[in-house]
Amino acid sequence: MTGQSAFATALLDPARPTPEGLQNPFGGAVGKRFDVYRNNVAVSLTAALETGFPTVCKLVGDDFFKALAGVYLRANPPSDPRLALYGTTFPGFLARFEPARPYGYLPDVARLDLGLRQSYHAADAAPFDTTGLDPAAVLLLKPRLAPATLILSSHHPVFAIWRFNHEAGAPKPDPAPQDVLIARKGYDPAPHLLPPGGLVLARALKGRLTLAEAMTRTLAAHPTADIAALVTLLFTSGALTNDA
Amino acid sequence: MTTATKSLALLGAVTAAVTAHGVTEAQAQAQEKCYGISLAGENDCAAGPGTTCAGSSTVDYQGNAWKFVAAGTCVTMEKDGGRMGSLEPLDRDLPA
Repeated sequence: MTGQSAFATALLDPARPTPEGLQNPFGGAVGKRFDVYRNNVAVSLTAALETGFPTVCKLVGDDFFKALAGVYLRANPPSDPRLALYGTTFPGFLARFEPARPYGYLPDVARLDLGLRQSYHAADAAPFDTTGLDPAAVLLLKPRLAPATLILSSHHPVFAIWRFNHEAGAPKPDPAPQDVLIARKGYDPAPHLLPPGGLVLARALKGRLTLAEAMTRTLAAHPTADIAALVTLLFTSGALTNDA
Repeated sequence: MTTATKSLALLGAVTAAVTAHGVTEAQAQAQEKCYGISLAGENDCAAGPGTTCAGSSTVDYQGNAWKFVAAGTCVTMEKDGGRMGSLEPLDRDLPA
């Protein structure tokens, strides 16, 4: 084991002895100094997960979340120096973590929390612009999803769960599959419920099909889709760009 | 549905969307960045952990932290000690 990997292993495992080669300012053993450092690593990564997965944290409660974070951070220490991106494998971990099994919706709720954060950090794009165009001309444009736009398809009512935990007076979630559109208008990403057909429409908008073609494809797959509501959602949420 | 009614349906849908789009764009433009009115840790931001953003403004009324407020209310917002909101980043009250 190299000095660095021995240090990293000892950092995450309190049962390990203090790594060799460390000494206190007086040349003696580091003693508790390394324990303090080790604790700070675990506490800061736990805090990062709490900040990054606010809905999961709220759903399971502080104590459960802290315990969960402790197991996760030791098995999945950061692989990227940017703390803001930490936790990308947390949703998958939740799906496999036995104590979280009874809460089958947790992995998708974590994906929604993570998606909102990824949307925040995604590249900027010029908002879809229809100024001065008549509707017939807009139908011929070939918009595509902006880099900050993400789509999540879930067997669980993830949007309703998110809303219930972040909006005062939001209705209690009923069990139902839900698709979610995450879009960023300006600086702040927001989740939107994506009605039936929305998944097909959003996936068709990659800059190759015209809006009319994408809408036709949506209506072919979902004849009863409210196409006006879907297009309005994509236009007004900031989900689209006409950047080439 | 015939092709004609189908394109009419698409046209109607896009007309509704374009109209709604115009309204929200006007609302978005009516927002402005307002510096110097945000309480410590309350600046609008979803950057997540480890950033200099979410909940990281450590000094109350920190001059380089901002919140979105409705247009027109920013500069009229008076805070403790006669501090006013500003449309530009301020150099007062920065963390040491």
